[in-house]
Amino acid sequence: MAKNRKPKLAVWKFSSCDGCQLSLLDCEDELLAVADSVEIAYFLEASRAEIAGPYDISLVEGSITTPHEIERIKKVRAQSRALISIGACATVGGIQALKNYRNVDDLIMTVYAHPEYIDTLTTSTAIADHVTVDFELRGCPINKEQLLELINATLNARKPNVSQHSQCIECKLAGTVCVMVSQGKPCLGPITQAGCGNVCPRCDRGCYGCFGPKETPNPAALSTRMKELGLSDREVKHFYRLFNTGAPAFHDEGNAHE
Amino acid sequence: MGTETLKYVISLSEVGKLLGNIKGQGFHVVGPVLADGAIIYDTIHSIEDLPSGYQDEQEGGHYRLKKSTGRRGERDALFRYTVGPSSWKRFLFPPEQKLWKAVREGKSFSIESPKEKPPRYAFFGVRPCEVSALKIQDKVFCNNDFQDKGYAEKRKKSLVIAVNCTRSVSTCFCRSMDTGPKANGGFDLALTEISDGKNHRFIVEVGSKKGSKLLKGIDHTLAERHDLSSAAARVNSAKRAMKRQMPKDAAKILSKNSEHPHWKDVAARCLNCANCTMVCPTCFCSTVEDTTSLSGDVAERWRRWDSCFTVDFSYIHGGPIRRDSAARYRQWLTHKLSSWHDQFGTSGCTGCGRCITWCPVGIDITEEIKALQKGGK
Repeated sequence: MAKNRKPKLAVWKFSSCDGCQLSLLDCEDELLAVADSVEIAYFLEASRAEIAGPYDISLVEGSITTPHEIERIKKVRAQSRALISIGACATVGGIQALKNYRNVDDLIMTVYAHPEYIDTLTTSTAIADHVTVDFELRGCPINKEQLLELINATLNARKPNVSQHSQCIECKLAGTVCVMVSQGKPCLGPITQAGCGNVCPRCDRGCYGCFGPKETPNPAALSTRMKELGLSDREVKHFYRLFNTGAPAFHDEGNAHE
Repeated sequence: MGTETLKYVISLSEVGKLLGNIKGQGFHVVGPVLADGAIIYDTIHSIEDLPSGYQDEQEGGHYRLKKSTGRRGERDALFRYTVGPSSWKRFLFPPEQKLWKAVREGKSFSIESPKEKPPRYAFFGVRPCEVSALKIQDKVFCNNDFQDKGYAEKRKKSLVIAVNCTRSVSTCFCRSMDTGPKANGGFDLALTEISDGKNHRFIVEVGSKKGSKLLKGIDHTLAERHDLSSAAARVNSAKRAMKRQMPKDAAKILSKNSEHPHWKDVAARCLNCANCTMVCPTCFCSTVEDTTSLSGDVAERWRRWDSCFTVDFSYIHGGPIRRDSAARYRQWLTHKLSSWHDQFGTSGCTGCGRCITWCPVGIDITEEIKALQKGGK
């Protein structure tokens, strides 16, 4: 990046709830420093002002669910030096990927009063299924510390400290007592990537897998244990069919309990 | 001087005074506390903070803590539970630690070391297997070739008040590792609780001059034969109840069976989540991460616990060395029980059983060794 100008940052929205881009605005204490380090060129959630591309960093939120979005993501890619997809929708298709298991016409008929207005694809898919992505930041929603770290690392041309290991490591570093072992609660932590700040186990609940599968996950072994803890096949299936149901490891294991 | 053979009796209230004495000497006292349905180690201020009347139940992948409803002696007991998910390594070798900070100065930079003074810890309630774990980590962090200054400094200043076990759980196997249930040296004071519903008292064994000084102002009398035999009977009952065993020749079994088909079998069950290494009181692996300020004018290097179960752990140019779960499980078990001997002159295992209890799917290292022995060389 040229030294005499600030890098241009754009934030794009596809099919999503906006929660991940809000994480950027949620960086209250650090927001001024971020705004000082980059030129926020396109971020409709924050400002109506639009500065034309190309952009140095594009943060992309949301999944691809319409024909129009397929065309739009290609245009975003074409004008972005680094394209970073953020959140479960952008990285694996999000909770709306549950539609991938159903007949879309039936769903449209059930949900909308005027189905004729709906123009949708039969699937919800990740950004990387359509264009080249430089980095995927996981989470539903993403963790703002990780987002800051990623922007920071990108600006300083270093590798971001975003681990792919298990949620269990994060719990143990923080000293959080394992809810699965000490209370018998089902938990996706052992096969889920760390990064959320062990939100659920800290509040006495099992992990819901919001950060998607960790590196080399072994869901089959975890499912065996969940059934020993009393879960039915149906309950095990539903455990995997959440925000990251589009991730191959979760998708396949959910299907195995169909 | 023979002080290490001297044994005294103190009452329950004097244990409270002893804690007060330690605190009064400026120590940061860490001991067992109740948190989130488990016994963990955290700061304690007085004897009131110690969980009383609790007993744990442990199995592979299973831990439950219950308030005892049994005999009065059990209901009053301070130390009828065994080890929980935390260990003392958390204090001597913290999960995350800043190593240094660099600040840009024009075209150069300066390096600052952390200024925080390490606390003087008093570890209160260290179980015999954990005393062994401290000795093992001492060999790792304070040997002639390598010294971790932070660890060494904290360790040197620390006090160890051991508590011998009068109860064991199904995951304990210290008996077969010769590390318990009675501590053999490595402490300043060692307590054995006699909670019989009548005369709640503790046998105190003095292990060092520092320990001896702690008894100043504490009402203590020389232990009589019946006190000693009562304490010994309690420790023996913990020992007798211990059924789980590590095969004596585990080191040899592992060094001979690196290509055993059983590694694939255990890999099919292993989540490679790293819980075993996190809860292990001797596992010492770490990684370093560099952070920067947004402007790039300040950089910091942090050390944090890592595990041989992560892919990044063995990453070198070209990729990780141990890509599959079988290779990573083999690395852990073989290092812990076999090559640790070659490296540090001791086993890396103390028989505390944490890796069995806190494995979400209950993998049992003693059983894995037996399986390797069966079909192996």
